[in-house]
Amino acid sequence: MSGTQTSGETRYLYKRDRTWWVKLAVPRQLRKVLGYDLRRSLHTQDIDEAREARWEAIDEMRSEIEKAKAEHAAVGEDETKARKTDGPQQISEHIVEIVSDSGEGAQKCGQILGLVSGKMGNGVWTVEIIPAEIQPPARERQGASGIRVRLGSQYVTNMGNQANLVVGFNEQVLYSRIANGAYQKGTVVLLESMWAEDPDEKVREQYQDALTDFYAQGLVVYELPIQKECLKLVEDPRKGKNMFVLGMLCHIYSRDVDKAKEEIANTFRKKGDKVIGINHQLFDAGYAFARDNIDYQFEIPPAHDKRLENAIVVNGNQAAGLGVMAAGIELVAMYPITPATSASHYLAEDFHLTGGFVHQAEDEIAAIGFAIGASYAGQTACTITSGPGMALKTEMVGLAVMAEIPLVIIDVQRGGPSTGLPTKIEQGDLLSSLYGAQGDSQKVVIAAATIEECLHFVSLARKLAESFRTPVIILTDANLATGVQPIPRPIVTEDWFPPPLDQSAWDENVAPYDWDETTGLSERPIPGMRNGEYILTGLAHNRNSKIAYDTASNQEGMNMRSRKMTALGATLKPPEVYGDDSGDLLVIGWGSTLGAIEEAVDLARAEGKSVSSLHLRFLSPMEPGLTEIFERFRKVMTIELNYSDDPEFPMITKENRRYSQLAHVLRAHTLMDIDCWSIVPGHPLSPGRIGKVINEHLEKIGGTH
Amino acid sequence: MFGLKGDWSLEVKDRYFTLEDYCGSVPRWCTGCGDHGILAAVHRVCRDAQLRPEKTVAVSGIGCSSRLPHYMKTYGFHGLHGRALPVACGIKSRRPDLDIWVATGDGDCFSIGAAHWVHAMRYNMDLTMLVFDNGIYGLTKKQTSPTTPMEVPTNTHPSGSLLPPLNPLTVTLAVTNVSFVAQIVDWNAQLRHQVIKMAHEHKGTGFVRIIQRCPVYVESIGKTLQEEPARMQLLTHENGVQVDDSVKRLFPNHAEHDPSDLAAALTIAADTSALPLGILYRNPDAPRYDEISATGLDMSVDERIAGLNQAFDHFAI
Repeated sequence: MSGTQTSGETRYLYKRDRTWWVKLAVPRQLRKVLGYDLRRSLHTQDIDEAREARWEAIDEMRSEIEKAKAEHAAVGEDETKARKTDGPQQISEHIVEIVSDSGEGAQKCGQILGLVSGKMGNGVWTVEIIPAEIQPPARERQGASGIRVRLGSQYVTNMGNQANLVVGFNEQVLYSRIANGAYQKGTVVLLESMWAEDPDEKVREQYQDALTDFYAQGLVVYELPIQKECLKLVEDPRKGKNMFVLGMLCHIYSRDVDKAKEEIANTFRKKGDKVIGINHQLFDAGYAFARDNIDYQFEIPPAHDKRLENAIVVNGNQAAGLGVMAAGIELVAMYPITPATSASHYLAEDFHLTGGFVHQAEDEIAAIGFAIGASYAGQTACTITSGPGMALKTEMVGLAVMAEIPLVIIDVQRGGPSTGLPTKIEQGDLLSSLYGAQGDSQKVVIAAATIEECLHFVSLARKLAESFRTPVIILTDANLATGVQPIPRPIVTEDWFPPPLDQSAWDENVAPYDWDETTGLSERPIPGMRNGEYILTGLAHNRNSKIAYDTASNQEGMNMRSRKMTALGATLKPPEVYGDDSGDLLVIGWGSTLGAIEEAVDLARAEGKSVSSLHLRFLSPMEPGLTEIFERFRKVMTIELNYSDDPEFPMITKENRRYSQLAHVLRAHTLMDIDCWSIVPGHPLSPGRIGKVINEHLEKIGGTH
Repeated sequence: MFGLKGDWSLEVKDRYFTLEDYCGSVPRWCTGCGDHGILAAVHRVCRDAQLRPEKTVAVSGIGCSSRLPHYMKTYGFHGLHGRALPVACGIKSRRPDLDIWVATGDGDCFSIGAAHWVHAMRYNMDLTMLVFDNGIYGLTKKQTSPTTPMEVPTNTHPSGSLLPPLNPLTVTLAVTNVSFVAQIVDWNAQLRHQVIKMAHEHKGTGFVRIIQRCPVYVESIGKTLQEEPARMQLLTHENGVQVDDSVKRLFPNHAEHDPSDLAAALTIAADTSALPLGILYRNPDAPRYDEISATGLDMSVDERIAGLNQAFDHFAI
């Protein structure tokens, strides 16, 4: 990699007795063999000569290190194969990360890379790496802000395992990614090299230490003078460096330059032609820099997947926002809460196109109250929130259950309890959604498993809410909310929208809760309907909506509300098993883990293992036929992103073990011994991690290998 | 719009509503409770305005006051403690054709629902908001409310409230975009009726604090006031409430006050030596959130489909 040659007046150099020497850190695992660092005298006292001579010495030392690596440790192979001299190497997929301090535009860079790739027909999944603070201090390990882009020749359903290539705007932010297991031996790191010459000695030391650490991890680091190159074009490369990097990546991955430039123009359209021009220049410079200095070039052929043919590229929150519009919902009442708010940001831009209005309420309770009011009055309404907001809304949810008010509630789950992990993923709201309200609050709870479902489930929820006169909770999560993927563009027809507000007269002989004995279903009068006047109440009431505290009325109300759920459950079909419908192990999931679980199952099955999976969308009422399916497997377990006790912990017994949330529900539901594996890492599960869990559990039951 | 029949104007002419048409279940408030009189005033104002019962919605929270919807023969929403206003605003936002009444109390509005009270005043949606302020929690049996006078013993504060009572008028008047603030006592039918009528006719949120007697738990509050009319002050002005001489004689203290003068209203409200009765403030021109938020109501399905496709275009590749 010749990019290093343009940088560093005294990089790798130091003076000893007036003679210039060169020094290179040795990766940790090789220190026993080679010592802490390698040193060579350049036999000159002249700095210019030393600068000239150091590269040869460094190359020698590097090959010495590489040789030792080959002998003593396994290293990544990928990068040795893709020499440009052979033309771009065809690969089926790659995972790229761009990691920076907050505010350096890494996310924008990755989003455009993802969009361009989507337009080129690739499967794409992008997921943002978000620090919890708005502007964490620079160069802080926990301040990593950035994006992961997984590009493939297949339809991509999840963020994948470890990254293949990483662009680091500084070395410190990479530490938290390493701690998350995002990288592996052989992951290529293209690292901004300006820190090696930082005026602050501490920064220079940190940089060198990090290099040593990264080598020790087996990362393949290339130091690139990105800042220096950008300075040739702009005064403040903090703005613009991302477009330079985008140019680099577009060359490395043979992306369509015209499409990339078009996206850059779209991104900066509001800022005018001058800004677009500068960003195009930076892009071109990055592209040329990679062409001239980086030895690798890849090509990821298009996926030829029908789902990508007439696609829209959205994240889960935008999908939910589009879903709100597609469902014919006309009011979203919300209160700002991470990670749900971006759905409302999107709606605030486009909702008027379908006649909708976003009401930002004074608090979470008022938000759901406002939506309930509109819904009671016959209009379609929705509230969007996350866990803490759900907690505040529960009393209102109970009211909607009791008074049978249709309502769509979207819960973009984050980590809890309390304020928890605002920007991070967890599937912790299942039990509170199912049971978290006063008394017996039966309601519909469904969970979107894909970004596409974030869109379509809103329509489903709206229709269920109206048909069954009930609140419907849609669970999504931070992984879906920030994951970006091309999904098929829906073909909209008239029946997506609710019928116009019915104001015809009500038959005065029909009670406002004219419950059908079998299904508990009833039609509701809408204000404006003559002869339909009734007083809705959250108190126990009879069919006429009269307050009724007597035993018979209360029992009847409970029965009828519960029967609606039974009736809905009776319309559902048993879920489909992914893989063989019998075998050693059945893995059950719900929500955003679908893609990763199925990828892990595919891999295990390719290795001859007897594993299948099942993904639940309906959590209340539960999909039918589960017991029958579970009985066909030797072991059934859930894999979830919420808390469960580790059965290996000494104090945990079979009796006191707290199971993960879906396992808890399924055990009660089926009376079967359903196991679970769950963790709360704050980030999505990778297929690799799930594969490991599958193998461990197969081993425990002596399953096929 | 809203599926109205083309001949609706004829229909209105054909229907004449009597008080009976607004009377729901028999009120279960205690004998001597001030709520009875307020209910009667509401029925009368509805009748006078010939509101169509099916187009009228009474929304309430929880408490003695909040039983009001059950005693109406209109649509009603008896919801959660403190949360009448968000529901009422939600209804009005998407159904501007409905006439909304909110019945709330000193606990429901000034305590558990205080956040909604402040924000509803700012939203200034076109609804009539009656706060039944008896200075006590009645339904839960005599606990201190934000407006309980210090000398009144309660079950939670047997030696009297620990803090001076909250002044709902200064709070309400201080909210940006407030548009109508009035105060009455429940025991004068004419004043009661006139002020509630004005609140209802006002385009915006008509806030009326009604000092209301609870003879069961805090008889002394109402009684002292009834016995000492000098502790009250009737606000008079050509743009204020118009009452006849009998009322003026009952409340001998008068003060000329222009309801468009917010600063003067605040001064009057802050003076706790005499309770002002009448219209403290009225601004018919304040922006109304019901008008702002009722967007796209008349959009056809075809227009919505076209709009949705336009939205999809923003993400198309």
